[in-house]
Amino acid sequence: MSSGNLRVQKISGHAGPVAGEGTQRQEQVCKLIDTTTCIGCKACEVACMEWNDLPFGETVFDNTYQTMPETRWNYWNLIKFNEHPREDGSMQWLMRKDQCMHCADPGCLAACPADNAIVQYQNGIVDFQQEYCIGCQYCVTGCPFNIPKFNPQTKKMFKCTLCTDRVSQGLEPACIKACPTGCLHFGTKDDMKELAGARAQQLREHSGYANAGVYDPVGVGGTSVIYVLHDITNPEAYGGLPSDPRVPWAVRIWKQPLKWLGNLAMIGGLIGVTMHYLRFGPKKVKDDE
Amino acid sequence: MTNGWIDIKNTDMMLIIGGNPAENHPCGFKWPIEAKRQRNAKMIVVDPRFTRTAATADLFVQIRAGADIAFLGGMIRYAVENNRVAKDYLIHYTNAAFVVQEGFKLPEDGLFSGFDAAKGTYDRSSWSYEGVDRPGGLAYDLALENPRSVYQLLKQQYSRYTPEMVERITGIPKEQFLKAADLFTSIRKDGDMKKVATILYAVGFTHHSSATQTIRTAAILQLLLGNVGRAGGGVNALRGHSNIQGATDMAGVFDILPGYLKMPNPADTDFKAYLERITPKVAKPGPWESYNYWSNTNKFAVSLLKAMYGDAAKKENDWAFHYLPKIDRNYSWTEIWDGMYAGHVKGLLAFGMNGVAIGPNAQKNINALKKADWLVVCEIYPDETSEFWKSPGITTEEMKQINTTVYRLPGAGFAEKDGTFVNSARWLQWKSAALPLPGMAKLDQEILARIFLKVRELYKKEGGKFPDPVLNASWSYTDPHNPSLSEIAREINGRALADVTDPKLNQTIKAGQQLPGFAWLRDDGSTMSGNWLYCGSWTEAGAMMQRRGTEDPSGLGIYPNWGWSWPSNRRVLYNRASCDPAGVPWDPDRKQIWWNEAQQKWVGPDVPDFKADSPPKDHMGPFIMNYEGVGRLFVPLAGLADGPFPEHYEPAESPVANPLHPGQSTNPIAKKFHSDMDKLGTVAEGYNIVCTTYRLTEHYHYWTKNNPMNVQLMPEPFVELPAELADDLGLRGGEHIKVTSARGHYIAKAMVTRRIKPMTIDGKKVYQIGIPIHWGYRGIAEDEGKTALTPANMLSPAVTDPNAYTPEFKGFLVKVEKV
Repeated sequence: MSSGNLRVQKISGHAGPVAGEGTQRQEQVCKLIDTTTCIGCKACEVACMEWNDLPFGETVFDNTYQTMPETRWNYWNLIKFNEHPREDGSMQWLMRKDQCMHCADPGCLAACPADNAIVQYQNGIVDFQQEYCIGCQYCVTGCPFNIPKFNPQTKKMFKCTLCTDRVSQGLEPACIKACPTGCLHFGTKDDMKELAGARAQQLREHSGYANAGVYDPVGVGGTSVIYVLHDITNPEAYGGLPSDPRVPWAVRIWKQPLKWLGNLAMIGGLIGVTMHYLRFGPKKVKDDE
Repeated sequence: MTNGWIDIKNTDMMLIIGGNPAENHPCGFKWPIEAKRQRNAKMIVVDPRFTRTAATADLFVQIRAGADIAFLGGMIRYAVENNRVAKDYLIHYTNAAFVVQEGFKLPEDGLFSGFDAAKGTYDRSSWSYEGVDRPGGLAYDLALENPRSVYQLLKQQYSRYTPEMVERITGIPKEQFLKAADLFTSIRKDGDMKKVATILYAVGFTHHSSATQTIRTAAILQLLLGNVGRAGGGVNALRGHSNIQGATDMAGVFDILPGYLKMPNPADTDFKAYLERITPKVAKPGPWESYNYWSNTNKFAVSLLKAMYGDAAKKENDWAFHYLPKIDRNYSWTEIWDGMYAGHVKGLLAFGMNGVAIGPNAQKNINALKKADWLVVCEIYPDETSEFWKSPGITTEEMKQINTTVYRLPGAGFAEKDGTFVNSARWLQWKSAALPLPGMAKLDQEILARIFLKVRELYKKEGGKFPDPVLNASWSYTDPHNPSLSEIAREINGRALADVTDPKLNQTIKAGQQLPGFAWLRDDGSTMSGNWLYCGSWTEAGAMMQRRGTEDPSGLGIYPNWGWSWPSNRRVLYNRASCDPAGVPWDPDRKQIWWNEAQQKWVGPDVPDFKADSPPKDHMGPFIMNYEGVGRLFVPLAGLADGPFPEHYEPAESPVANPLHPGQSTNPIAKKFHSDMDKLGTVAEGYNIVCTTYRLTEHYHYWTKNNPMNVQLMPEPFVELPAELADDLGLRGGEHIKVTSARGHYIAKAMVTRRIKPMTIDGKKVYQIGIPIHWGYRGIAEDEGKTALTPANMLSPAVTDPNAYTPEFKGFLVKVEKV
């Protein structure tokens, strides 16, 4: 994806230093999704397809208004529809726009072994660079939100880019522009957190949603996509939003201690080979063999 | 709409009933959301299904389709019983205090006074005020105590709509109804006038055999609560198509002319008789004033005739009044198809209208087309109408028997045309063409112009029974074969044909100049206008409808310089009623207009919908289009065909007898047809499930099934049914269900949901199901053989409302089985 004038913060599978790594992010961008004013109109789905030139795919009726069961390599933005019975016998029809959460601590990036295939920009956007992707699908393991999807034809991974191409030019993501009710907002993380907090408070005080709150999970360092939920204690009801998403321990161990252990083993092996060579010299082939 | 989309943001309370704006008006729905976000406004949603609108509601109430009058009637009773009425508003701005003449009878047995059983119509002479011909004016009682006062009759009429009765009819449990009634009327607690509530409705109101009366009930409730004319209030019809408001304004209905002038009938022997019949005369209490704006009908009518017939319309020939066709009977939509099925109607021009799919009883419409001599379809895709001859179930042998000649004309899509859309808020907004015409496609006006000019040529050559109206029709466009829409828009606005002077303003409009507004229209032939309501939309100052000013000084969302709304750029109709009788706004935070004593006129950010210089002390009524000057709780005389007060009648097909009066269960004068294909089903025959039809966000009518994007979003037709019913049938979501009515059947996949619950109607367990209408036998999935092919309207009956003639697409009976 085009990176425009964005500055890189983190790069997957990269050995050397990264320009800007560890710097304070002044302008972390953020998408706010207020599920309490989402009407499931799917304008965001269409805008995503149109802006990103995604090809049509076939869908099948599946006893729901939801377009397809989950996002696809060519369908990055999906509203999940969930009928949710309440204790008082009434019900809720929860609609949640599902897409990449752009984690501050992205599990996909941690898991990715390919240099440069996944980058995190200073503004918080996590983006896949298909030209470097080796199609190993490790990012799938790293993601607690089930977002990266594999294109079997091109053997590359795809997901929402948070419209890096638009954002880098000072525009809002396509989904935000298309939203008719204003349930989607876009701005700096600080502004969005404030807006989300105020809305959650309004829901608690005036709409009878005592548990309304903001979803910005700490387990992945916070996200650049945050939700206002009617019930922050039950995110699973919104189509399987994890209540405490974390980068899987296997990815952590693999990419941190295991990686160094592996590197140590490899260096040790090299040292052993060198020592053996110095000590015994090259292997001589006997004439009769 | 009395108000407008943006104005909804000003409300404190929303009742969304008979509409599903989140799904069908998603862009407009930003304003209800805005009211919730900015004002903590409450939203009550009443619908047979838990919709995407309901998903954002504060309170959802599931109602049986076709029971809205009972629900709203119960609300009226609740408001009256609990003193949640706007007393001053009621007395001064409605006909609550008027006295109804003796001899009028309420429909306790299901019939109002004057029913003629033999003719199946009402003699409406008893539905009148006392004192109509009295020199002192109408009788009235400001104490509202006269037992024949409209208020007391209203109280009596709805006293029968108790919470228990509401529960029996609507299936809404009493406690839930009381919760909704309490919440909605809470804005008028103790008569405090500050807060405002709005009612939003759409075709969920209108697709019934008592449709007009359903809207009336909402209007009565809003008048009772003093919500009409006020920012954030009103009775708001959410129009379904981008230009359906414009279609109505420009008389896309058989019984009106542009600007809602009534169509002449054979009794109108001359122009004078016609005007005499259609021009209302003031009737009011003596001390009050009534503007009676329709008293200007003569000016509107002469200007229209001048627009239509130009120089051929002269004073000497009654302004060519005799050119106008006279309607001798009902020519509404269902009548056309019935006439074709009976063999009287020989040809049909279906212009941007998929008649087979949109009409009720689709198989009858298909069979009717088989009998026609010719059919012209102007569309952008082949559709169910243009391909009626290969509708499902038809055999090759049968195909050979069809002699209808079908012509297809290449229409242009909306993005390929310029012109105006008139939205629900009555705003005329100009749009430019975004794309060139593809292939052989032609603009609508070119197609129509060429047909017209060809017909005129034939009349010229061959004569005919009555060639004059065609030969003399005004057609002075720069390119007669393809008039530009801007030229037509200017013609509709109207211009002076001679110098016109207003002595009061000391202003003259020169001959040939565009008129600035309908106050300039004359009845002496010196002005012309194609639609008086649109006069002011394209003036000498330019195209008002093309304006894009984004200033909103009042913050009320009036945007006076954006586009142009009829009438006279007024954004909220009847806005005089936003002030108390002394001319002071009910709510100082939402000031729309007010009386300025120093200037001796009404001023404010909106254009006063009132006589600008009529001081409050004159007590002129704010409802200037009614000859009484006030809002009608009681509609006198010829206003409505089926009663001066709304009464709940069961749909033509109903699971129960009307709990109010089982002897007169259905609307006694709803129009029914009697051909061999117009069958109605009963519970005894096994039709025991209430079926409603509706539309989805993902599709637009029968059109987007040709667009891959929409097909991907919602690929297949389905039937929504309660999980409990699915259990009874042993049916799982995704399996096929067959729905059968007395008229036809429909097969699609089942969507099993908990969003529709079983109901108890008059003690009986009743299931409701819902069918989105968007599919048929032509489209991407259809052509690939992936879907069932019958249109949903195979099921619906051609029973229509007696006032607006809209068919009962919602709340008919079916039976269901697993396929």
